[in-house]
Amino acid sequence: MTDPSRRLVLLVATRKGVWLFHGDAQRAQWAVDGPHFLGHSVSHLQWDARDGRTLLAAARTGHLGPTVFRSVDLGRHWTEARRPPAFDPPRNHLPARAVDHSFWLTPGHASEPGSWYAGTSPQGLFRSDDGGVHWAPLAAVNDDPLFREWMGTAQDGTPDGPKLHSVIVDPRDPAHLLFGMSGGGVHESRDAGRSWTPLIAGMEVVEGLDAAMVSFHDPHCLRLCPSRPDRLYQQNHCGVYRLDLPDRVWRRIGRQLPAEVGDIGFPMVVHPHDADTAWVFPMDGSDVWPRTSPGGRPAVYATHDAGETWQRRDRGLPPAQAWWTVKRQAMTADRQPDPALYLGTTSGELWIGHAGGAQWAPIARHLPEIYAVEVAELP
Amino acid sequence: MKVLIPSALRSYTGASQVPGAGDSLHGVLADLDRRFPGIRFRIVDERGLLRPNLRLFVDGLGVRDLDHPVRDARVVAIVLALSGG
Repeated sequence: MTDPSRRLVLLVATRKGVWLFHGDAQRAQWAVDGPHFLGHSVSHLQWDARDGRTLLAAARTGHLGPTVFRSVDLGRHWTEARRPPAFDPPRNHLPARAVDHSFWLTPGHASEPGSWYAGTSPQGLFRSDDGGVHWAPLAAVNDDPLFREWMGTAQDGTPDGPKLHSVIVDPRDPAHLLFGMSGGGVHESRDAGRSWTPLIAGMEVVEGLDAAMVSFHDPHCLRLCPSRPDRLYQQNHCGVYRLDLPDRVWRRIGRQLPAEVGDIGFPMVVHPHDADTAWVFPMDGSDVWPRTSPGGRPAVYATHDAGETWQRRDRGLPPAQAWWTVKRQAMTADRQPDPALYLGTTSGELWIGHAGGAQWAPIARHLPEIYAVEVAELP
Repeated sequence: MKVLIPSALRSYTGASQVPGAGDSLHGVLADLDRRFPGIRFRIVDERGLLRPNLRLFVDGLGVRDLDHPVRDARVVAIVLALSGG
């Protein structure tokens, strides 16, 4: 049973548009609203908990360039950003770049209404101070020669393009920011993005490469625990990690996952009220990186002791021959007293994992490939 | 001149063809953006380059150079590339 004062809405961004699923108090029935933007490729659809009604969608449209769409009435009407994220003309004799797509959206600090951050492909960081209407590049990242070296070129990235993702705003301090780059490491700012420090100690890299080189680091997803904001979890190309600030060395906590499953994956989900609980969705990262569920048997793994031990959570999920996986923004938890998990698959299925993933049930099938799932909790 | 608008951009113009004006393709696109805000960035990136998978034809001639003069052109066609599956 959910808190009766809150209504849950799942925000599902896909390769072919956006769907909203309105839940009942038991999280058992879901009323579908969509598609919105049918045919548009939407990397992320995010809700603003500060005003309870604003949605931003990071979209591109097949042949067309990228943009951001905004709604201030939970998707009934949409308008387009007047200045979507776009790089400034190059400085420091660096090659000019163009945003291929906005990839990640994060609402700003509660004390800064209307502020948002966007991470792009190729890697770039942008901020809006007017609810996503106008976006400005953060020069200390986008035009910094060292950052550009760590980012590499678009040619150096993965097939879907290198990404800046996991933009995190410390709920205690709007000037304390973190983000990850695939590839290019984890970075932290204590001055609202004017200067940055790499945060990569303890993170492993592909065998044979030099872990001291920031370029070789590939964090896939970072999460800050809202109940203990000094605690971060990370799913990386090379394992699952935890960091308890002010410590500066990540500790690999994925070694305890079963060897046949491994600790490679994309999403990382933290519990809204218990910093010792987190969830991952391992995938097959062997030889050519199939990026499927290991052995065709999808499962979430949960830890309740900050990564000392892990438990498989697959009841209700297909027991065999299910070759989908879950992208980094496509798994999340609601903020209810007994949170449910939600995941969207590359094969277009939307699942709920009741009681922290103890029992899974499908919400929707036959959607396009799911890129992101978020939960809005409306008053 | 007449500018032919592909289906993917008609949410901006509301029409499949609109009148255009300009000395070059840059000028035509700037003029379109004044009347249909946001349309140019979907066609041209922040480096001033025509986006991949989009094509421009000036009286039937395929052109990627946005400085191409169009003062005497009759039709500028914005076309989504046709290929693939």
